[in-house]
Amino acid sequence: MILVWLLGILGFGAVATWAVGLRSPTAARWTTLGLLTAGLILTLSCWSETAAWSAVRPTASYWVRELNWPWIPALGIHFYLALDGLTLILIVLTLGIGILSVLASWTEITTHVGAFHACMLWVLTAILGVFLAQDLFLFYFSWELMLVPMYFLIVIWGHEHRVHAAIKYFIFTQAGGLLMLVSIVALAFLHQRATGELSFNYFDLRHTPLSAAAEWWIMLGFFVGFGVKLPVVGLHTWMPEAYAEAPTAGSVILAGLLLKTTSVYGFLRFALPLFPNAGATIAPAAMILGVIGIIYGAWMSFGQTNLKRLVAYTSVSHLGFVLLGIYADTILALQGVILQTVCHALATGGLFVLAGIIRERTGHRHLDHLGGLVTEMPRLGAAGMILIMAAIALPGLGNFVGEFLILAGTYNVNLPLTIIATAGQITAMTYALRLMQRVFHGPMPRKWRILDLNVRETAVFVVLIAFLVWIGLRPQPIINLAQPALDHLKTFESEAIIYPEPS
Amino acid sequence: MRELLWLIPILPLAAYVTLGVIGRRLPRWAVAVIGFVPVAASCGIAVAVASPYLSGQTSEPYVQVLWSWLQVGEFQPQIAFYLDPLSVVMTLVVTGVGSLILLYSTEYMDEDEEYSRFFAYMNLFVASMLTLVLGENLLVLFLGWEGVGMCSYLLIGFWYKDPDNGRAAQKAFIVTRVGDAAMLVGLFLLLSELGTLHIPLLMDRATAQWAVGAGLPSAAAALLLGGAVGKSAQLPLQVWLPDAMAGPTPVSALIHAATMVTAGVYLIARMHTLFLLAPIVLLLVAIIGTVTLLISGFSALVQRDIKRVLAYSTISQIGYMFLGLGVAAWSAAILHFMEHAFFKALLFLAAGVVIHALDDEHDLLKMGGLRKRLPFAFWTFLIAGAALAGFPILTSGFYSKDLILYSALVSSHGGFWLWLGGVVGVLLTGGYIFRLIFLAFFGELRREIGRLPRIRMKIPLIVLAVLSIVGGLFQIPRSLGGTPRFSNFLKPALGALPSGSLTIEATSELISSGAAILGIFIAYLWFLRRPKQVSHGALPAVPEMLQRYWFVDWGLDWLYDRVFVRPFVYIAHINRKDIVDRPFRRLEWIMAWTWRGFRITQTGRVSWYAVCVIGGVVVLLSMVVL
Repeated sequence: MILVWLLGILGFGAVATWAVGLRSPTAARWTTLGLLTAGLILTLSCWSETAAWSAVRPTASYWVRELNWPWIPALGIHFYLALDGLTLILIVLTLGIGILSVLASWTEITTHVGAFHACMLWVLTAILGVFLAQDLFLFYFSWELMLVPMYFLIVIWGHEHRVHAAIKYFIFTQAGGLLMLVSIVALAFLHQRATGELSFNYFDLRHTPLSAAAEWWIMLGFFVGFGVKLPVVGLHTWMPEAYAEAPTAGSVILAGLLLKTTSVYGFLRFALPLFPNAGATIAPAAMILGVIGIIYGAWMSFGQTNLKRLVAYTSVSHLGFVLLGIYADTILALQGVILQTVCHALATGGLFVLAGIIRERTGHRHLDHLGGLVTEMPRLGAAGMILIMAAIALPGLGNFVGEFLILAGTYNVNLPLTIIATAGQITAMTYALRLMQRVFHGPMPRKWRILDLNVRETAVFVVLIAFLVWIGLRPQPIINLAQPALDHLKTFESEAIIYPEPS
Repeated sequence: MRELLWLIPILPLAAYVTLGVIGRRLPRWAVAVIGFVPVAASCGIAVAVASPYLSGQTSEPYVQVLWSWLQVGEFQPQIAFYLDPLSVVMTLVVTGVGSLILLYSTEYMDEDEEYSRFFAYMNLFVASMLTLVLGENLLVLFLGWEGVGMCSYLLIGFWYKDPDNGRAAQKAFIVTRVGDAAMLVGLFLLLSELGTLHIPLLMDRATAQWAVGAGLPSAAAALLLGGAVGKSAQLPLQVWLPDAMAGPTPVSALIHAATMVTAGVYLIARMHTLFLLAPIVLLLVAIIGTVTLLISGFSALVQRDIKRVLAYSTISQIGYMFLGLGVAAWSAAILHFMEHAFFKALLFLAAGVVIHALDDEHDLLKMGGLRKRLPFAFWTFLIAGAALAGFPILTSGFYSKDLILYSALVSSHGGFWLWLGGVVGVLLTGGYIFRLIFLAFFGELRREIGRLPRIRMKIPLIVLAVLSIVGGLFQIPRSLGGTPRFSNFLKPALGALPSGSLTIEATSELISSGAAILGIFIAYLWFLRRPKQVSHGALPAVPEMLQRYWFVDWGLDWLYDRVFVRPFVYIAHINRKDIVDRPFRRLEWIMAWTWRGFRITQTGRVSWYAVCVIGGVVVLLSMVVL
């Protein structure tokens, strides 16, 4: 029940927020904060239960909490939600980032404040739906639902070129999503043909007998669907625009949650376990794409002059590591993937907040107009330095643990790619130090008269950095929570059967 | 007593956090106290913790596990510290020299606007450096390793308003990260082949599983060497260190002379068991050391910036340490590290006095005649310079350098050519450092003197000057009737020094003493006897072309700029719009034009529609008929 409550609070709370916002913008902000905090408390109440469950690793029923209501019985579609340790991590991350984005956009958004927060809550609800859904139709439903409120967030509250960016974002992700829908439907029909029963249930579909060719094509649909959002290099070009034009909260949610996290989750929960043979086939190509992404993303980031575009391209680079780790598919690498995803959300989210603050204070986000900001804003400078060091995976901060585990886990799978990916850390240095130099150091283009971070903003950065340090030095709680999901994935893969071609 | 080990790195870290959070609101004296006292306290604790080792009670390693870092399957690194004779020496030098330099800085930096930021970074550096030398496994070592790299970046670019400083800082960080990437791959190799990163366990497993000269240990050692070469500014990655002199002088003294740049030496000494399994890599270490000490010695001969001379000298002296490592004379390299920490820190601090007195003047040719005006700086600089040159018997540098040279001659990993390179290096060292001394302190006075050092700058100078002289007592060679106390102390951790006959030892010492004195004498002839030379600082009897070539450090910087930096920047610049997006933009464009094309047909005029309908019918009918 708690799972429905979670979705309900945010989903219906959004309506209330909109209504409240019509009267008082500040009240809408507080309402949103209250709703998200309530959700967070609700989730955390499952924490100890989940931790205990992770330690025991029950075999009877896999989930810590589950709930299965019929939804459209004629088509075998269920409203099936379930929670395990991996989901818990991601939900806590989602709500936490949600709270931080509300705080970060406290003064940035001044028009239609209620509607803004309602859209944000809906995006977050849909994201939670993606994490919780164990029915592929429900999963797809939530997946597409994320798109719409986000589109409005960009198109209404974004920057100058927001319309173009929003449409591009919509078309790319929609196209990817449709391919995934085709795959889901095909999978369900093949399952029906084999068993006579139409179902979208995750566990039912897992036992669908698939010929090698069918498995390949269906997997490819999922791969593209998740790949557009990750984004895999080559399908990434909508992303810098969307990030650059979205309002701060939009960029933070896009970068931290909507894209990376959901697609990483999609790979781990669906693409790998449902299609183990095809996954193994595509692995080398996917890993190469990952490594290209690492280098290319960092290189592109180095060349950017728009602060938000620069940060956007760093995501391509970081997610290259994630893709590499997913398809290296060793426990070490997959644990690294989860840690990297969480830390990327925190660090990149923090950098977008930083970019938002700089734009708000100086009116600029072009590197040529910035410089020497640390004199006037020492706190922001310190926060920026730490987040940048997290982005280049300096030990002591969470991203290092993620990247180290990914690379160490990839070493035995593919040595040359590991070496190139490690060299990618050098290219990462170039953009990171360029950002520091052009924004915070060097001469001031003009005398800034701006205030340093206030208490609210400082709190945002302190929380982000505290979590990065915590994960950097003691990531064990997260590792333990995620372990059963990965073991589960491994059993799925070890049971993989190749079915003969139908004659 | 040894349980207090964890406090040693924690105290400076706490100082960093305190200064970072509230430093800007504190008065200067409070910042100075918080900046200096924790490191001094760490030094005191280090002495206490080290006392069982120093008194000879024990030489057993002591491991202190703080907490488990993470645990994924077999991979279970811990946050743990490791104390053995080697880390005792390193810790004492880092905290000892560190606290002296911090004391000096409390006065040196006292006119700087960002007093507290400086001490915050310095303390973070000391904490990271201690983590590096105390780390029980390679992952903790790497935590410190990258930590010192970041602090080096922050402190080189400390005066951030000047973009040149920023450029130097970025260069240092990026170039060392090149080496670090190699090192990281080495860590992956060791982890997957030997299943652990705990150093003692790693060494046991390496000797058990790998044969001498096999491929895997050679690859692992070579990759770690990559990291060491980057951090310790050896060929081919030495280009960052001269530029790193952009930082404040105490930073150059602590980070870019005494401690951080020797991290590579420490790494190799710590992993020496692995390097013994890879003789070919060991030879490479020796060759890199020798070549680096020679080319940097030549580069140091022609520099005009006082700090750049010292920077090239540091590269060259670390070359000696690498030579010592390469011939498996591990404790000789560590001895030279320690002596070098004393006299090179002293050289930088004394140079700081000069720079301060001349209002930030770095150019040697604008100095001159400072002997009378700055006697304190002169005498300390002279002592340190003599130690650097290896002036026989009196100075500490003589003992450590000769130990390396002699080892190069008698070690089974050494050879005559390596030894000869080292001896030529001694000649160069005497030459370049006394050229500097004669140019700066002799001749006629050219500038008025500004600030003079007060007590907080003088104490560290005096202590280091004493250490630069008596440091030699730690290891008096057999030929002088002494006992090798230092190498005996390190023996449990690093094994014995290579040994040979007494005659060879005495001969080697005589020749290198001669080389040192000859070098000093040539400098005297060129720069003191002939005052004309003093005015332009160039070397007589050496072709000018060659001197210019040395001046730019053999053109390596230029080469890297053309081969790596410019293409990288250029491509990033022209590809700013992302070529991958081009097909998508083209598609967008096609759609837009098609839409425009179709829009033209929608005129809203009935006559036009009628024409279209009739035209369509005609076309269709004709298709059917034909």
